[in-house]
Amino acid sequence: MDLASAKVIGAGLAAIGVGAAAAGVGNVFGSFLQGALRNPAAADGQQGRLFIGFAAAELLGLIAFAVAMIILYAV
Amino acid sequence: MAAEGKIDPMHQFQIAPLVGDLSSPFAFTNSALWMLIVLGAIYAFMIGGMKRELVPGRWQMAVEGVTGFITNMLDTNVGPEGRKYVPWVFTVFIFVLFANLMGMMPFGIIPGVHPFTVTSQFTVTGVLAIISFGIVLVVGFWKHGFHFLSLFIPHGTPKPMIPFIFLVELLSFLVRPFSLALRLFVAMIAGHILIKVFAYFIVQGLAAGTAMSFGISLLSFAFIAGVSALELLVCAIQAYVFALLTSLYINDAVNLH
Repeated sequence: MDLASAKVIGAGLAAIGVGAAAAGVGNVFGSFLQGALRNPAAADGQQGRLFIGFAAAELLGLIAFAVAMIILYAV
Repeated sequence: MAAEGKIDPMHQFQIAPLVGDLSSPFAFTNSALWMLIVLGAIYAFMIGGMKRELVPGRWQMAVEGVTGFITNMLDTNVGPEGRKYVPWVFTVFIFVLFANLMGMMPFGIIPGVHPFTVTSQFTVTGVLAIISFGIVLVVGFWKHGFHFLSLFIPHGTPKPMIPFIFLVELLSFLVRPFSLALRLFVAMIAGHILIKVFAYFIVQGLAAGTAMSFGISLLSFAFIAGVSALELLVCAIQAYVFALLTSLYINDAVNLH
């Protein structure tokens, strides 16, 4: 296999991580909604934690994206 | 760039000198120009709302909404001592917000002008993160002395676990500036690359000239419109997350835990 095709395959594999992060972000917001609909009065106070969880889940997907970009353009 | 060349989405992040050349440390680059433009926009926004009218108009309400938002964030996350840190958190929030939004503005319709997203450079977000991290370190050691290190040992840690937990917590503490900077920088890069790649699809589809390629161009255009709206949301969320995490880290330094 030559380098060019290996790079493209590697970038595609790295992009799987972005999909996993999508599941994570969905999980964060889904769980928040589940809790918030049970106790709407407490929901507004937890928005900070919601966004912290969102940020943490999103960061890992973004790192996977960065790896894919590095493989494609920088290596 | 040729209209139908290779897709090159990274070109937009290149720093080009406008005055002088890159070898000298005082070159005036497009990054510096757009930082100044962001600064001007913030200045115009703030000055328009600082007339201190008794009955605030819309503009003043907007400015007070932003300042009140940050003050409120620090009140809830840090407590009564949080007011001291409003200047820095507000500065970083509004700079990141305006820089993100400036990169999304359609200045490209003017020939020869290309908006540059200041926050798409790791150096810029890195410096912002390092200042936030530095404030945490200075405040922590200033207020608590070496007792600040108890931050790394949560309450109720079993005795034999202390060295291990200390190492893990120390590591997660030291990673903070990187994660703070990386999140903002990669989020900006990713959105812009996505939009640019589909913009190339439009150009290439129109250049090919068949009915099907024209349809693909149309689809790409609709997609770009949707992604741009999403990106505006991401711009605001990233600025919010940066400010929120900064205030949480400051809370660690002020109140330990």
